[in-house]
Amino acid sequence: MKEILSGNEAIARGAYEAGCLVACAYPGTPSTEILENTLKYSEINSSWAPNEKVALEVAIGASFGGGRALCTMKHVGVNVAADPLFTLAYTGVRGGLVLVAADDPEMHSSQNEQDSRNYARFAKVPMLEPSDSRECKEFTRLAFELSEQYDAPVMLRSSTRISHGKSVVELGERITSLPAPKLQKNPAKLVMLPGNARVRHPLVEQSMVNLSKAAATMPFNRLEVRDTSIGIITAGICYQYVREVLPNASTLKLGLVHPLPHDLIREFASKVDKLYVIEELDPFIEGQVKAMGIAVIGKEIVSLCGELTPGRLRTAFRLPQPAVVPVDAMPGRPPNMCPGCPHRGVFFALNQLKAYVTGDIGCYTLGFMPPLSAMDTCVCMGASIGMATGVTKVVSDEEKKKVVAVIGDSTFLHTGINGLMDMVYNNSPATVIILDNSITAMTGRQDNPATGFTLMDDPTHRVDIPLLCKALGVKNVRVINPLDLEETKRVISEEMDRCETSVIITNKPCVLIKREDVFEKGPVYAVAADACTGCRACLKIGCPAIEWQPAGDGSKKGKAHIDPLLCTGCDVCRQMCKFNAIGRLQ
Amino acid sequence: MSEQITNILLVGVGGQGILLASEILSEAAMLAGFDVKKSEIHGMSQRGGSVVSHVRYGVEVFSPIVPEGEGDILFGFELMETLRSLPLLKPGGTVVANDLRISPPSVLMGQEIYPEGLVERVKSQFADFLLVDGQKIANDAGNVKAANTVLLGAVSRRLTISEQFWMKALEKMVPSKALDINKRAFQMGRGL
Repeated sequence: MKEILSGNEAIARGAYEAGCLVACAYPGTPSTEILENTLKYSEINSSWAPNEKVALEVAIGASFGGGRALCTMKHVGVNVAADPLFTLAYTGVRGGLVLVAADDPEMHSSQNEQDSRNYARFAKVPMLEPSDSRECKEFTRLAFELSEQYDAPVMLRSSTRISHGKSVVELGERITSLPAPKLQKNPAKLVMLPGNARVRHPLVEQSMVNLSKAAATMPFNRLEVRDTSIGIITAGICYQYVREVLPNASTLKLGLVHPLPHDLIREFASKVDKLYVIEELDPFIEGQVKAMGIAVIGKEIVSLCGELTPGRLRTAFRLPQPAVVPVDAMPGRPPNMCPGCPHRGVFFALNQLKAYVTGDIGCYTLGFMPPLSAMDTCVCMGASIGMATGVTKVVSDEEKKKVVAVIGDSTFLHTGINGLMDMVYNNSPATVIILDNSITAMTGRQDNPATGFTLMDDPTHRVDIPLLCKALGVKNVRVINPLDLEETKRVISEEMDRCETSVIITNKPCVLIKREDVFEKGPVYAVAADACTGCRACLKIGCPAIEWQPAGDGSKKGKAHIDPLLCTGCDVCRQMCKFNAIGRLQ
Repeated sequence: MSEQITNILLVGVGGQGILLASEILSEAAMLAGFDVKKSEIHGMSQRGGSVVSHVRYGVEVFSPIVPEGEGDILFGFELMETLRSLPLLKPGGTVVANDLRISPPSVLMGQEIYPEGLVERVKSQFADFLLVDGQKIANDAGNVKAANTVLLGAVSRRLTISEQFWMKALEKMVPSKALDINKRAFQMGRGL
């Protein structure tokens, strides 16, 4: 049967067909939907882990127990999971283990555009790179087989265009012939003390050499000879752009991007007049082809930065561009916090208090945007707290009071806890605000250990964040209603002044949570036009439900209007209005 | 290759149901026997940002994104986003646009003005232009939320996919309780 699947859906399908038993991940764009789709197959135990390191460790355990396991993450998640990954390369697997790293060239929703292929080489693990949804499914199945055959974890590299692109996939059946998992001790292979690891390392090196040789004849590395004046080595989404823009060029389409099939590359190079490597981001293939002593053109014509597009590839080959209709500049449409978002009041207060805000990764990173404009740093998941500690180590006592870390519930549980432990341990006077909206919101409302539900929607223990902070040694833990502007500003101000670590936890849920009894829309608000003086105070919170309506006489006068379809009744704008012009719609 | 491929762009604002419309379109194209690819960016764009969904179908499709300047049909759910995406369209392409204005943050805050004369600006560059009052027609069909389906109906008449496949795609992708209204909305759009 044929279906149109996204790359992520196809990877989930591939894992299902491969007989995978365990899938584990921390959500991260563009990888999130893989686990939301393995969830559809009852044969797979799917779960969210608090972070990518734990996710990979769970998958390793499942593999060592004898089951096939899938672990997925966005590219930067591999940084978090790198510690177990590098040693997993030495132990190898028992049940096949596939690690999906979803890259984000162009940084559509990421803080950097690191190229995960470098991890495959660095950690010495094989990596496959699909170029559409059909290959996502096929390569995932194949990755499990290679993993067991070569006794290695296998990485599958996706990218935003692959994960979120959709194409036609032929569905297959699930393998049912795999042995049932059973405990089996094998310390020489699985206990990586120096004595054992020294035995394992040469085996890994040999295994990569063997795979490189075998890969020359494996069908996923495909030599397509057309016009031989130009030959292009390419992989992944770039292959599609090459076929689109240079349909007559010969291609060596690599499915396995690590280790490279050296014999096949030499054969291809000998058949074409001029050799190119077309790849996004780093010169990963190009550098290795050059090291083989083969002349090749790559990053001279394709940028190290951003994603490739058919248009950029045309430019690279100096092909004519199609005529394009010019369009005048117009207002941009950046993303925005939702109407009623409980983060809004906190950032308004931080702006007013002129805090130095070390930020973190989540919806609340939008607190950087005007008019809230209250975020000063954003580096990686969990970084806000450690960075706040660091800032307070160098600035004056007066400036120390300005330092506030903001972090969401899911990000705090991901890698913020250690930072808070350090903040208390090393006596930083900074203030931490945990924006607990009871969900992992930015990636599309995933559960986490503090929501009380698992990915499979089973009720479970709910981490008590205030109690956890107290257990870490924070003496001043306060819970506030972030929709109460006076309380929010007062408590933040008091804790900023305090000369020891304090944690403020907000207690209102994300407005997008669909589970019953978590978020409920309140009565809708409206502006009484006769009472509105046009002072624009309500616009300072940047709520998308409030619109400035100019008087239309060319003056700067006007009045605010609330869109009743968008308003959630959060009450924050009413508190901004000094003229009592905003109230519940009667 | 590209002359055998139909390139469609669906553009608007996050939350308008663009992804569902592009799913229905892709499904109908697949049922009609075409190879189909579709691409869009999720993530930040869901928070009220601009959304562009690319759908391509034909005998064999390579790139999932429509090459710049090669779009055959621009299917705009919102007027300013329609204008913003005109450079993706080939000269002489077709524009089907919803007569709807959604203010971006800078306009909501009174810092910028929502551009005027958008319809005229599109019309001056693309003669094949259909402006649809999607909200009104959807309301007549039974639910204002079916505005996307009205537009899809209007676009469908300009494509080589026969009606039975559109109906099958709607049946597969639209929840059963909303199906009748959406089928009606589709037909009303198709009649435009």
